Amino acid sequence: MNKKLSLLIVSLLSISMLAGCSSAATTAAKSDKVKVGLNYELSGNVATYGQGLTAGIELAFEEINNNGGVLGKQIEEVKLDNKSDNTEAANVSTRLATRDKVVAILGAATSGNTKAATPAAMQNKVPIISGSATADDVTVDSNGKVRDFVFKTSFSDSFQGVMMSNFAYDDLKTKKAALLVDTTSDYSKGLAKNFKETYSKLGGSVVDEEAYQAKETDFRAVLTKIKGQKPEVLFVPGYYEEVGLIVRQARDLGLNVPILGGDGYESPKLAELAGKGALNNVYYTTHYSSNDDSQSVVKFRDAFKKKYSKEPDAFNALGYDLGYFLADALKRAGAVDSVKLKDALAVTKDFKGVTGTFSIDKNHNPVKSITIIQMKNGEPTFLKKLNP
Amino acid sequence: MKLFSKRNIIGFLIIMLSYISVQLLINNGTIDSYLMLNIVIIGINIILAVSLNLITGFTGQFSLGHAAFMSIGAYVSAIVTVKFGFPFVIGIIFSALAAALAGVLIGIPTLRLKGDYLAIATLGFGEIVRILALNIDYIGGATGFNDIPQFTNWAWIFFLTVGTVLLITNFIKSYHGRACIAISEDEIAAEATGVNTTYYKVLAFAIGAAFAGIAGSLYANYFYFIKPDSFGFMKSIDILVIVVFGGLGSIGGSIVGAVALSIISLFLQNIPELRMVVYSLILFIIMVYRPQGLLGKHEFKLFKKGGKINVSAESK
Amino acid sequence: MEQLFQQLINGISLGSIYALIALGYTMVYGIINLINFAHGDIYMVGAYVGFAATTFFHLGFIPALVISMVVCSILGVIIEKVAYKPIRNSTRIAALITAISVSLFLEYGMMYFVKPDTRTFPNVLAENRITFFNGQVIMDMKNLYIILITVILMLILQYFVHKTKTGKAMRAVSLDSVAAELMGVNVNKTISYTFAIGSALAGAAGVLVGIYYNSINPLMGIVPGLKAFIAAVIGGIGIIPGAVYGGFFLGMTETLVSAYGGSIFKDAVAFTILILILLIKPNGLMGKNVQEKV
Repeated sequence: MNKKLSLLIVSLLSISMLAGCSSAATTAAKSDKVKVGLNYELSGNVATYGQGLTAGIELAFEEINNNGGVLGKQIEEVKLDNKSDNTEAANVSTRLATRDKVVAILGAATSGNTKAATPAAMQNKVPIISGSATADDVTVDSNGKVRDFVFKTSFSDSFQGVMMSNFAYDDLKTKKAALLVDTTSDYSKGLAKNFKETYSKLGGSVVDEEAYQAKETDFRAVLTKIKGQKPEVLFVPGYYEEVGLIVRQARDLGLNVPILGGDGYESPKLAELAGKGALNNVYYTTHYSSNDDSQSVVKFRDAFKKKYSKEPDAFNALGYDLGYFLADALKRAGAVDSVKLKDALAVTKDFKGVTGTFSIDKNHNPVKSITIIQMKNGEPTFLKKLNP
Repeated sequence: MKLFSKRNIIGFLIIMLSYISVQLLINNGTIDSYLMLNIVIIGINIILAVSLNLITGFTGQFSLGHAAFMSIGAYVSAIVTVKFGFPFVIGIIFSALAAALAGVLIGIPTLRLKGDYLAIATLGFGEIVRILALNIDYIGGATGFNDIPQFTNWAWIFFLTVGTVLLITNFIKSYHGRACIAISEDEIAAEATGVNTTYYKVLAFAIGAAFAGIAGSLYANYFYFIKPDSFGFMKSIDILVIVVFGGLGSIGGSIVGAVALSIISLFLQNIPELRMVVYSLILFIIMVYRPQGLLGKHEFKLFKKGGKINVSAESK
Repeated sequence: MEQLFQQLINGISLGSIYALIALGYTMVYGIINLINFAHGDIYMVGAYVGFAATTFFHLGFIPALVISMVVCSILGVIIEKVAYKPIRNSTRIAALITAISVSLFLEYGMMYFVKPDTRTFPNVLAENRITFFNGQVIMDMKNLYIILITVILMLILQYFVHKTKTGKAMRAVSLDSVAAELMGVNVNKTISYTFAIGSALAGAAGVLVGIYYNSINPLMGIVPGLKAFIAAVIGGIGIIPGAVYGGFFLGMTETLVSAYGGSIFKDAVAFTILILILLIKPNGLMGKNVQEKV
């Protein structure tokens, strides 16, 4: 009896408090600012990536605002932390779409949190764009239908895995591969799955597949085992924080076969973690190369170093492009309107960013050329560019 | 105790009134999807807190793996509604059963353990469930399980939350509940006076787990997407914090704790970098200055004069 | 065959890290019956102090190690006085949650100040290798250093605990703190000493790990902390040699599980072993059976 009454009182109190804490719901179109929501992992265990992407986005927005904004209005960001947790990602997404009435949501960093954030965006007809989510089912549902308001600007897992597999078989002429996969990352598992399928189809065989978890530091046991299976090439589709250590330990153990990976390697920290001597015979696919000396990349690097006092990595570059990508689509949409923006995003053609020039295809994924980088003594060198 | 006593009728009317008033607010748009989402979160937290309170507060079994039961419930419900296409109620029932089974599986081997050892064993169990889920591709593994149909609405969440609170409260007040409380006070004395401690400890785990499974089911069928890492050690800690914050051994406390902490969490959304630091300080202050929680061992006394419920939840 | 030797070396290096951290856990639990969840984070702070010492002050390996141990022992004593003393007489759950709150505070406080990115240590130990079996089995000098330092620290600790007066006080307080107080032991000071030593060991482990693996980040203490705790329980919590034994046991088991096909499940195996030990021999592999008095 007491419990029911207390439940009632408490629920009424909480509803009134929640209702009271809503932010000023202005009509977005009439104000002189363009509100963009940022739904990122600013705390929690993938905070590195969330913070990296927001750093890039904020640099882009700062530059755009200094150049007069977009459609004559200044961009105002509403940045919220999803704590690297998918419930919170859904919560933040709902808040941005309904309370803050943003014209678009950028984020999240991981595929999982992006997937959690999309239902709210879809229901409220607000476009959501992730610069780093890579899973195929972010933009396409289980029936093969495209999710109308969801976009990615980073390669799909299937693409990178296939590219690297072709490279391993055709270019490096290997027939036996071993895989070392981060089982806590859907990105890593996605790439591994696609690599395996393609490699087998080409005629190669996978002699060993081992696993690790993110944030681990000791890989000697699995590397020793892999070494014993005598592979000709090792595919490690993980993030640089672990890959750096993996490469170092592999070379320490005398495992000198080529090591291949995806855009998760792209960071100046890779050489620090692995040690320049060990970083030999390592190849990875990327969108952005810090060594690319084209004008736009150099300009971006200088601006980033000026604002943040450090070299940008792939996440910073992806965030930067995401900011500009959104601004470009808004300009083409002609108005601060979510539906018009969605239509403009869907037909993007040849957007020029620091991570490459790309268009958006019918599945709302980017059609981007991919660069393969070879590491020689810790220095990245451009090897080749593959067009899709 | 008569079914149609004055208290029961008033209680029933209050419940129906609350339900209808909120449903009206939803229908006319005052409660938008953001508020609804947070109401669902609070409801789920209440169910989790009350069910953990049964295990840890009333039966004195220190459990740090409660999120694993929620995880099992969530995945079972997802499988039942997506892969087999059954209606939601079947999903809920199977979730409860699967989680209860897991509760029995963890309850039986750990019968001999007490205190900190039991806590670590349950923590280990929780981690094992999470690692298994990460590696089973049928349910998506690390990629998670996506596109779960949204069946949870105000009716489901309200009636299941109220139902959980009522069922567990009635359990506590019954002979079975008193047996559990006796076990938490002094297990050897309870055994000596004829209480079948084995049966009641496992029963507490099973019931607590079943309701956590229901909470998991509600979660999966609201948020469309689940992945194993959402149900890890930190989630178990979050639920335990709610229970301790509200007061171990107080059902009303669990409810108030769930609401209070969810609201605090919402306010902390505005200071992302310092959020966890502030949260840890709040935790610390509560533990040092009021370790018995907000409500301690008290329950709400509204229709009774004086007298707190004789529950002592001093786990040693 | 060579593989097996290599895996043995791998296992022992991994085990020595767990052993060092487990020592601190077991000492604290032995004396105040508290699972110090913040211990793994003291290890993390030690790693960062070592990082600062070697990167900003350009100190060598031994000075960095010593500074880190000193800083961590001070940190440990502060944490004990501020956080754990007030709840010494509270329920176990309150103590547990307090420990968790300290752990979160250290992790996210550090993250706020140094940002969540990984950092790398400069090379303060020369890269030296010994090879056996025609280069098939490789042991790095750093492995050797870690094992040596762990063993040395453990021997020093054993000597301290069994042959000095403070050590005797520590053993007395962990057996029966009331009786110890009656015999004139200053319980508060003894507890502080225990925390100081345990934290210093964790700090040493942090620096060693930073140098060996070359990578540190604010959340690095969570998993090793948990594993070290498992190691301490396996060996017998509260028993000092047990912690070392448990650490090496866990390190070897993890390595061998990975080596023979189960790398996906190696953490699950660790937890399963924990549960089995708790069921079969709850006082740990080196523990004695204590009957419960009614």
